[in-house]
Amino acid sequence: MPGIRTRLALTITGFGLLLIAALATGPLIGSTHISLARVFDRSIPFADNADAQIFFIARLPRVLAAALVGAALAAAGVVFQALLRNPLATPDTLGVSSGAALGAMLAITFHFNFAVLGIASIPLASFAGSIGALGIVYALASARRRGLSSIVLLLAGVTMTAFFQALILFTQYLADFADTFRTVRWLMGTLDVGSYAPILAALPIVLVAFGMLATLPRSLDLISLGADAAAARGVNVLAAERLALASASLATGAAVSLAGPVGFIGLVVPHLVRLVVGSDHRLVLPASALFGAAFLIACDAVARTIWSSGELPVGIVTALIGGPFFLWLLVRK
Amino acid sequence: MLLAERVSYRYRAGDRLVVDDVSLTVAAGDLVGILGPNGSGKTTLLKMLSGTLAPSSGAITFDRRPLTDWKRRDLARRIALVPQETHAPFDFTVLDIVLMGRFPHLGTFALEGPADLTIAQQALASTGTSAFEQRPFATLSGGEKQRVVIASALAQSPELLLLDEPTASLDLGHQLDVELLLAGLNRDRGVTMVLSTHDLNLAAALCRQLILLRDGRVIAQGPTDEVLTPAAVRALYGVEADVHRHPVAGHLTVTPLARVP
Repeated sequence: MPGIRTRLALTITGFGLLLIAALATGPLIGSTHISLARVFDRSIPFADNADAQIFFIARLPRVLAAALVGAALAAAGVVFQALLRNPLATPDTLGVSSGAALGAMLAITFHFNFAVLGIASIPLASFAGSIGALGIVYALASARRRGLSSIVLLLAGVTMTAFFQALILFTQYLADFADTFRTVRWLMGTLDVGSYAPILAALPIVLVAFGMLATLPRSLDLISLGADAAAARGVNVLAAERLALASASLATGAAVSLAGPVGFIGLVVPHLVRLVVGSDHRLVLPASALFGAAFLIACDAVARTIWSSGELPVGIVTALIGGPFFLWLLVRK
Repeated sequence: MLLAERVSYRYRAGDRLVVDDVSLTVAAGDLVGILGPNGSGKTTLLKMLSGTLAPSSGAITFDRRPLTDWKRRDLARRIALVPQETHAPFDFTVLDIVLMGRFPHLGTFALEGPADLTIAQQALASTGTSAFEQRPFATLSGGEKQRVVIASALAQSPELLLLDEPTASLDLGHQLDVELLLAGLNRDRGVTMVLSTHDLNLAAALCRQLILLRDGRVIAQGPTDEVLTPAAVRALYGVEADVHRHPVAGHLTVTPLARVP
């Protein structure tokens, strides 16, 4: 087998090309056929160029949102799996997603009406919810002893998820019919972002998270074999775990605030990637980010075209693919 | 090389001391065994010696510098720890696992080069595990895993190797493999070792120095031939035992005879 340098170059090139292909074809797929030549034809004014309008206003923001959300959720999934030493962990496992969902539910139901730096109240509230959930779970897991206990982290996360779900149901129970409809739609997960503004708001957060993650893959390899063993190999375990938890939660929070809780990406993508590149996190992490982006673009293309009378929320598509895949994963070993 | 002075440890304030006032010296080239019943503090002591757990009181110095002054990475280039069991939740190959031993020698973004691969392959060869290089770690037997983890620790190029019950849960053949491997590493490569074990005969065959721990306290320490006595076995385990020099093997052997009432 070639060395890590060669494998890393091959991995980035291969999955990078896949993402470029997805980015290039994604905006061309949809219920209306558009011509790429007409889209970029400068001789037609934009106001009269229906193809360009569909391309730049309807489809490109969706494709870019899909790429950002897919990359963030897939990378977060890899990190949570390594951190919890459990290949079935997902960005939802620690309650970050449901915290974000609760934030959005409260914003919709109680008509929070504010904006910060042009970012609307729903994404803001859901981001705050995800960070709040992380804070609670982190405090629980580090309360009992120095260092984080992965088993307490896991149990606290699962419990907080159930608790947040109860609060979400309670919020929905209080809401009127129209608001309930909106909250249910939000919970399905959709990439219909409408403009570039929410993408630009989420982008810096995801980039910061990825920057933090870039220092971590080798530490994650070692931590997955056990905290004490990793420490004896020279890993500063507590610092690495905190950084991993913070960055994966930031990425998840940003993704969920942009698209709602799109499920299964953080589970399916890392596993598919491991089948190709093995388990070394220096390969799995970048490959999952790239493939997650491409995968969600493809899922969204399916969501936009499979239903003749309209568009499906992409969360339904990922769940329909992800559920059976999850079961296959359980039975395979 | 390694010096522990009056080291104690408790997990939480108010708890009992798991390790109670232990002092020990490990000289370069030594092969030291830590014996004691379950819960006597062997693992906790090893973790403190490796620098991954800070003592509640007392001090440990390595190379005349307190462990607390060492950077984790610098220390890991000199001291390696082999835990009792290693479980890989992901499908790492044997070579992946061994290459992870190079971590303290590489910068944050550095990738292993040909020199690191050579060191890893030498570590595989010296533990007799070269044949499994590309096999998934999870598919190996207990004895094979233990040898691979020792190879991974050797890839750290340490001067001091700490092993927590290296032969626990291995069958007789694998026990002997590990015993001969450790003896060879100490003899031929001068690796200093401290190991904990329940296997008195392994300790007698392998270790030149013994430390006997009960309830976190040292009840005897010194050269194996002086420390390993029927009285010591009775004090440690509550077992009446016969201790004799084996006519063929040449080292002491311990045969349990009866439970002390």
